Amino acid sequence: MVNPQMVMYEEEFNQIQLVVDRLVREANAKVVFIVDKNGQLIAASGEVDNIDTTSLASLTAGNIAATGGIAKLLRENEFSTQFHEGENANIHIQLVGNRVILVVIFDSKSSLGLVRLRVRKASDELNRIFESLLSKVQEPGGDSPFAEITDEDIDNLFND
Amino acid sequence: MSFINYMAREINCKIVYYGPGLCGKTTNLQYIYERTSPDAKGKMISLATETERTLFFDFLPLSLGEIRGFKTRFHLYTVPGQVFYDASRKLILKGVDGVIFVADSQIERFEANQESVENLRTNLAEQGYSLEKVPYVVQYNKRDLPNVLPIEELREALNPMNVPDYEACARTGPGVFDTLKAVSKLVLTELKKGA
Ligand SMILES: Nc1nc2c(ncn2[C@@H]2O[C@H](COP(=O)(O)OP(=O)(O)O)[C@@H](O)[C@H]2O)c(=O)[nH]1
Ligand SMILES: [Mg+2]
Repeated sequence: MVNPQMVMYEEEFNQIQLVVDRLVREANAKVVFIVDKNGQLIAASGEVDNIDTTSLASLTAGNIAATGGIAKLLRENEFSTQFHEGENANIHIQLVGNRVILVVIFDSKSSLGLVRLRVRKASDELNRIFESLLSKVQEPGGDSPFAEITDEDIDNLFND
Repeated sequence: MSFINYMAREINCKIVYYGPGLCGKTTNLQYIYERTSPDAKGKMISLATETERTLFFDFLPLSLGEIRGFKTRFHLYTVPGQVFYDASRKLILKGVDGVIFVADSQIERFEANQESVENLRTNLAEQGYSLEKVPYVVQYNKRDLPNVLPIEELREALNPMNVPDYEACARTGPGVFDTLKAVSKLVLTELKKGA
């Protein structure tokens, strides 16, 4: 397989959640979330009840993929930061360690300067967490719950 | 690349509908969306042109139920079929866990189907995947139309590897869920092997 299996464990998840919770507070943000490059939501914090995080995750990843494609055409490295300014909401998108995407949504209670500053710090922390997660995933002998599933389990999923 | 989340007890997989322009990829997703209960689906997103041609992708998140205490979530994507959107197709194939090739059964689309399968093969190879290894099924769509090729001919041209294949009419539904189930099973079976 080309891509190592993406896995999230409780320990790393809690560390990541701490980082995004703090980023919401320290950046005065409305919402912060983390998505993997394939569009799957990893963690979210802030006023998440009012937004469709699944859709946002997929669109953000599509956006990063498209700008990544443009970068390649221009023989650039990936554009690692994007900022979109709206009338009420602004969105700051940061590629972290070329692996995950950190998204901050904020309004006039914050500023781009503050968000940038806090994102930089959070990115470093996230990078470290994902590094350690990745090395854990590559360790042999990690037992997966799916080793045990039977054809019957899979069939049952479709019996409705 | 599937994503196993031990914390949320979820497994996420990415399925891509591939095929020539206007073969019915978006229609497959629309049918699935209409026929799935609200608690099992998210919003369907279509990034389309003003004339409803897919510009970048359609996206539909689905929950299929639980296996061994893990929620299975499938993210369905379609690619834009028109030849000149090749760059976008490549992006959408990144991290794919399973592919459905939707063929347009109409006689006049025979070559378009063949070109699209070749294009799929090339684009998968560029990502380091191969059509032989990735969970893969074929759907012969638009069987309701009068000017369609016999299944045997389509099968011979488009499914030499003999992967699971289905006749369908995406507009009214027959075959749509069979195709999705077949690829989902292959994806989960693959996950079991890789575990
Ligand atoms: N008769 C018939 N028309 C279909 C069928 N599936 C799709 N279509 C029509 O084919 C056209 C193109 O479908 P669309 O899903 O947009 O194609 P896409 O380019 O592959 O996404 C639309 O007008 C659909 O209504 C089918 O099974 N039978
Ligand atoms: Mg379409």
